[in-house]
Amino acid sequence: MSTSALKTDPNFHEAGRRFFRDFSPGDEFYEHLIEAHNGLSDEQSEALNARLILLLANHIGDLQVLREALQQARTAN
Amino acid sequence: MGAYVNPIYPYKSSKDWMTTPPQRKPLIVIGAGPVGLAAAIDARLQGLQVLVLDDDKTVSVGSRAVCYAKRSLEILDRLGIADEACNLGVSWNIGRTFLEEDEVYQFNLVPDAGHKRPGMINLQQYHIEEMLIARALELGADIRWQHKVTAVTRHDDHATLTVETPEGTFDIEADWLVVADGARSPIRRHLGLDIEGRVFQDRFLIADVIMKADYPAERWFWFDPPFHPNQSVLLHKQSNNVWRIDFQLGWDADPEEEKKPEKVIPRLQAMLGDDRPFELEWVSIYTFQCRRMTDFRHGRVLFVGDAAHQVSPFGARGANSGFQDVDDLMWKLALVMKGQAPDKLLDTYAHDRQFAADENIMNSTRSTDFITPKSRTSKTFRNAVLALAKQHLFARKLVNSGRLSMPSFLTDSVLNTPDADVFAGQMVPGAPMDDAPVQVDGRDAWLLDQVGQGFQCLLFADAAPDAQALAALQTLQQGAVPVNTLIVSPQALSVPGFSVLVDAQGWMAKRYDAQAGTAYLLRPDQHVVARWRQLQPAAVQAAVARATAQV
Repeated sequence: MSTSALKTDPNFHEAGRRFFRDFSPGDEFYEHLIEAHNGLSDEQSEALNARLILLLANHIGDLQVLREALQQARTAN
Repeated sequence: MGAYVNPIYPYKSSKDWMTTPPQRKPLIVIGAGPVGLAAAIDARLQGLQVLVLDDDKTVSVGSRAVCYAKRSLEILDRLGIADEACNLGVSWNIGRTFLEEDEVYQFNLVPDAGHKRPGMINLQQYHIEEMLIARALELGADIRWQHKVTAVTRHDDHATLTVETPEGTFDIEADWLVVADGARSPIRRHLGLDIEGRVFQDRFLIADVIMKADYPAERWFWFDPPFHPNQSVLLHKQSNNVWRIDFQLGWDADPEEEKKPEKVIPRLQAMLGDDRPFELEWVSIYTFQCRRMTDFRHGRVLFVGDAAHQVSPFGARGANSGFQDVDDLMWKLALVMKGQAPDKLLDTYAHDRQFAADENIMNSTRSTDFITPKSRTSKTFRNAVLALAKQHLFARKLVNSGRLSMPSFLTDSVLNTPDADVFAGQMVPGAPMDDAPVQVDGRDAWLLDQVGQGFQCLLFADAAPDAQALAALQTLQQGAVPVNTLIVSPQALSVPGFSVLVDAQGWMAKRYDAQAGTAYLLRPDQHVVARWRQLQPAAVQAAVARATAQV
């Protein structure tokens, strides 16, 4: 995987914050993710996920990374 | 193999106390569970008289809290029963998580060497309680069984308790009252104190099974296993051939029906996958809540353990956080009772342990939301994490089958003196101390066995301190709150009047980012409270004053 542009090692972090346990930043993200869907119908959640993917994709921008992510998401199924 | 038989503790008459006006005791603990007993032992170690009142006459019925974490074992070392607990308990560090039949994630609680205690031991609560009772009695704690506290009245400088016994009811007063009467806490309810949080709509079956099996001493957790589809299952090894198996049942399960052996046995047979003989020792259906009291301190009444806070069981944060409550509380209470620190030191017990409770609730809530998703979307994400975890490290880290109890870093505690010097590593003010192997008097020993008696200073040195420095250390020893200094050196030193810890392998220097001259001030509960690159007695005195709420 040395040619991979997509980061797949743990990468959640926040500037200026210190996490004493390595699972904490990822768990925090996951909590936010689930919380964002709180109270939504399945259709609303699906739409939220779509918007979220588009926002994050634009933030990443690098098409090589995005192609790899799409491929990994598809093959892991 | 055979099921555990609960001991019966003898009733001791309190007729002498049935007086008007009521008698006054310095310290009463309500509840002889693990947390109340730990409080009683710690009180005795601090030289306090203590009376423990319990409405029952035996230890826990059923195994209940079975996982005792490294930090608890370190506290139990200080209390004097850790060797016994570790000898009987099953030590483990590795947890494996499976999706269907494949392993998707593995954790190691103590990945690096150089610690006296393992990440966790599994031991039935009744065994721990028996050990704690024996130790408390050995130290002179007065434990009265079949003494049910039915009322508590709070006063400015004491509390009055009404106690029901087989011989009648009487009132007794306590200068200080520690309430350790468990999750349902009749005393908390009686006093009308609030406890708020979240109820989780799910049911779990606990089965304690006596059987011969050669599964390794590891925590095994399954999402959606073939023998229990769409739900989770947890397996733990306990002592004496007892195995804890925990089945998620869902909210619609009928608790009375599911408890019946004819329902439980087929579930176990499906899991074990063979016809090995087993015996059911204890079966229970539970639901849980994550909640805490707004304030753990109400004047002279202090709440500890489940009475003050409750979490879901995925993380073993119940009994373990209760021991940490006691560890935090008792040195503070002893200083206040002896007049060596102001009353407001006890407010920091509430503050620090409420902070820890919030962290425990946060972690156990996150685990619960992962294990039992509340919506289709939540379940889709959970399954996506599990699917990606087969291949990707980042997703393995997100797999949350329980984040096991680890002590909080009390970085917000007002008792800490903020760093003025630059340090690397995790031993910040407020950190629970990392253990390390050392030598003392030419013998192998452990750092944490050398600390935890009052305030102490670790002074790193590569040569014996000069006469002026030693005089300064002696001054610290003679303060109103004495500070005993331990010299830490890479090689043996002779420093008359001081203990020397030889850090030959450099574990301490590394974990504490220490050089010659570095000094750490330690709380009596083995937490770092201040540190410097150069020891200055005035700075240490100021830090001790701050750590005892004198400023």
